[in-house]
Amino acid sequence: MQFCMLLNRVSGFFQRIKKPTTWSLALLFTLLSQQSFSVDVDRWQYNMTEGVTPVSRDVYGLHMDIFWWCVAIAVVVFGVMFYTMIVHRKANGAKASNFHESTLLEIIWTVVPFVILIIMAVPATKSLINIYDHKEGDMDILITGYQWKWKYDYIGSDVSYFSSLSTPQNQIRNMSTKGVNYLLEVDEPLVIPIKKKIRFLITANDVIHSWWVPDFAVKRDAIPGYINETWAFVDEPGTYRGQCAELCGKNHGFMPIVVEALPQAEYDTWLAAKQAETLKLQELTNQTFTFDELYTQGETVYNNVCAACHQVNGEGIPPMFPSIAGSKIATGAINGHLDIIVNGSKNNPAMRSFSGELSEVDIAAVITYQRNSWGNNMGDSVQPIDILRFKESGGE
Amino acid sequence: MSAHHGPAKGITRWLYTTNHKDIGTLYLWFSFAMFLLGGAFALVIRAELFEPGLQIIEPEFFNQMTTMHGLIMVFGAVMPAFVGLANWMIPLMIGAPDMALPRMNNWSFWILPFAFTMLTSTLFMDGGAPNFGWTFYAPLSTTYAPPSVTFFIFAVHIMGASSIMGSINIIATILNLRAPGMTLMKMPLFVWTWLITAYLLIAVMPVLAGVVTMMLMDIHFSTSFFDAAGGGDPVLFQHVFWFFGHPEVYIMILPAFGVISAIIPTFARKPLFGYASMVYATSSIAFLSFIVWAHHMFTVGMPVAGELFFMYATMLIAVPTGVKVFNWVTTMFRGSITFETPMLFSVAFVILFTIGGFSGLMLAIAPADFQYHDTYFVVAHFHYVLVPGAIFSIIAAVYYWLPKWCGNMYNETMGKAHFWTAFVGLNLTFFPMHFSGLAGMPRRIPDYNMMFADWNMLSSIGAFFFGASQLLFLFNVIATIRNGRKASDQVWENPEGLEWTLPSPAPYHTFTAPPKIG
Ligand code: HEC
Ligand code: HEM
Ligand SMILES: [Cu+2]
Ligand SMILES: [Cu+2]
Repeated sequence: MQFCMLLNRVSGFFQRIKKPTTWSLALLFTLLSQQSFSVDVDRWQYNMTEGVTPVSRDVYGLHMDIFWWCVAIAVVVFGVMFYTMIVHRKANGAKASNFHESTLLEIIWTVVPFVILIIMAVPATKSLINIYDHKEGDMDILITGYQWKWKYDYIGSDVSYFSSLSTPQNQIRNMSTKGVNYLLEVDEPLVIPIKKKIRFLITANDVIHSWWVPDFAVKRDAIPGYINETWAFVDEPGTYRGQCAELCGKNHGFMPIVVEALPQAEYDTWLAAKQAETLKLQELTNQTFTFDELYTQGETVYNNVCAACHQVNGEGIPPMFPSIAGSKIATGAINGHLDIIVNGSKNNPAMRSFSGELSEVDIAAVITYQRNSWGNNMGDSVQPIDILRFKESGGE
Repeated sequence: MSAHHGPAKGITRWLYTTNHKDIGTLYLWFSFAMFLLGGAFALVIRAELFEPGLQIIEPEFFNQMTTMHGLIMVFGAVMPAFVGLANWMIPLMIGAPDMALPRMNNWSFWILPFAFTMLTSTLFMDGGAPNFGWTFYAPLSTTYAPPSVTFFIFAVHIMGASSIMGSINIIATILNLRAPGMTLMKMPLFVWTWLITAYLLIAVMPVLAGVVTMMLMDIHFSTSFFDAAGGGDPVLFQHVFWFFGHPEVYIMILPAFGVISAIIPTFARKPLFGYASMVYATSSIAFLSFIVWAHHMFTVGMPVAGELFFMYATMLIAVPTGVKVFNWVTTMFRGSITFETPMLFSVAFVILFTIGGFSGLMLAIAPADFQYHDTYFVVAHFHYVLVPGAIFSIIAAVYYWLPKWCGNMYNETMGKAHFWTAFVGLNLTFFPMHFSGLAGMPRRIPDYNMMFADWNMLSSIGAFFFGASQLLFLFNVIATIRNGRKASDQVWENPEGLEWTLPSPAPYHTFTAPPKIG
């Protein structure tokens, strides 16, 4: 009995490594499909980007300076070493001398590196002080890391949205050809104006993340309970891509950052459109939707937001992430279902509150979807206004 | 002289042994087993990263693999190997009959297999093994951790206890059991570096124990040391962890410095250059290693004064490290050099460790670290200091002293083959990581954009090559022990040190009467 359980465990462990047939086919397929990206992707890149901000160019300069110092020291040290390895070989008849001390040499090779370090420390100090100069920016953006997406709040306007990976699963699973921006693309990029000092206020909602855009030389940890400050002044319009740089759980490799830098006028147009959208969303809350409208919308929300843990087939990854198919809550009283999504689980922080993250419409839609999918057959639905009432009644 | 004191028969010899040589052997074999296990995990990682897309494992399991790989290599492979070398060699080098505290010695080894069995068993638990990286940052490792984290915490406690006992023993031995005439400044550098390492261990292992205990409290007893929502501080975790963590990286390299300082003079046939300055450099590295920890945290948002302090201190640590390298090179200079396997590994150590030092120097420049941090560039850096650093020195030590331990000479051709395959494999694996890191690839990710694909494919090929090369090592060592050619007592041409005055193999009990130090 006990032995069987142990066997089960062990075989369960090996099942986590997929069957050789599956993975060798997958490997072969991707190997063959490599041709499809060789044309558009910048391959064999070997150095840091110079980037598009004064700070990033400065950092690049420091990087190259210290690199060349290292090369110079390497040439001397390895030069002497290879010389001695070739010339002072016993096979070449070299006789060993016996010297083993020289205070002068010791002083020289303590002082010379020290001086080089001071030469490097001066510009490094200057750039650091510049990077830390976060006096008044032209605008502030609050960036919040979530497992596994970013939220951008434009402080001073009511624009606020989430930005998450948009690469389709079938590219990740090697079932279709990977696009050029594979894993570096999002549904809604951060949009900023160029030639403005933009202050980023960075924090996190769950675990630590790190917001990194190499072209700005900005990498700052997003830490729950802290608000870190940093800034960027972008010279050129363009699309700049980065990734989360602090291990934050299962999908750490799948939470990219995309920043779209636009000239001021275009940025203003974008902002106005975004504000109008926000307004529209608020109006939608008072509207009544049909079951089908809610269900279809719910499917999209579920697959974008919930499926990371509960999986597209609703079965979750027990015991970490429970199944929604046949779940007590999703097939129980509607208030319990509302509660866990609006307020999060009291038992497990991984099931967080989605009330700030999803609109009332989306919450209503996803609840309707979950109650009527994968064999859940409740036949009921909720309206956005119900969500609002639940929240107002002290649900939150 | 010790006929009535030979080794016991069968398994009890190993279970009950208090003999420093037996315990050294146990430590070394154990660490080699862990090296293979950690290496297998690394190969799983490299297989998944062979090309873009998810092929072999799921991201969740990938994180478990990186975590277990790191923990097992640091605590299971490198540290026990050095303790094993210390056990074998320190008494032989200072002319002591055994370690000062032989029963504790037995205990400090025998709790290790339990710790690692416990740690490895987490792979089979519900929710899987620890998945938060070997640096286990809170709250990922507390509030958001899988249930197995508790076993991880207890495993770390046991490893810590083992290390502390090992260190106390080493300090007690070195300070009390030196043969008459073996003054401190006559001790071989391996003994010196271990003395200093042992103090580092005693200073920082309790800090590690403290931080995991705070985690335990957060997880099970509702404290909130590291939980911002409860008034705690996730950054505090990192400060405490790296206050342990940075000295820890020197714990893994100082004994290596000692090994290299023993081997290079032998094969250059010339005394070590700058013995005294080596001792002082080691001590200053040890001191500085306590005041640089936050260079791992340049991006957490410390005040600028803090950034500057840790940047300067880190740059400073490069100075004594440089002194060591210059001393080794000068030791070789105008020697009469031969390249037996231990020397090959040692020369590679000097070159490749220096490359790791260069990338360390680059990482020390805080503004540049904003770009390097948490990318493959850092992975390249620490693998250059750890693999051709710590691991190569351990391998060099085994080839160098194996004839003394077992009385047989290893096969030189096979040793050289091992060296060249390891050397090529290692550089193929880790050098491209500098490039993928600079190009912008973050570490600890299971999948990546195609622009990193070429470098990753090279790294993966190199990794399997390097892995295979270690089987050659295993084979060579076993073949040597079983039926190698008899080694002479001196083994090498006029090597320095008391260990070479003993017969090969070294008898079960040595220096029961203190040797005369000339
Ligand atoms: C980060 C992972 C994660 C995401 C994303 C997530 N959940 Fe959950 N969810 C969990 C976990 C963990 C639990 C179990 C909570 C507990 O044990 O109390 C859970 C539980 C639930 C339950 C209760 C299931 C039961 O019967 O126990 C429902 C309903 C639910 N989630 C709905 C959602 C919806 C809707 C979304 C998307 C808007 C979502 N979850 C997104 C992790 C997640
Ligand atoms: C010249 C001496 C050295 C300097 C200046 C140096 C500097 C640094 C810096 C600044 C980092 C942090 C990089 C980052 O995360 O952004 C780092 C990481 C690291 N270093 Fe070094 N280092 C040196 C030598 C060593 C040695 C000797 C070892 C071990 C044998 C070592 C092991 C490591 C490890 C393991 C990490 C990564 C830890 C992690 O994040 O997982 N370093 N080093
Ligand atoms: Cu992340
Ligand atoms: Cu460090």
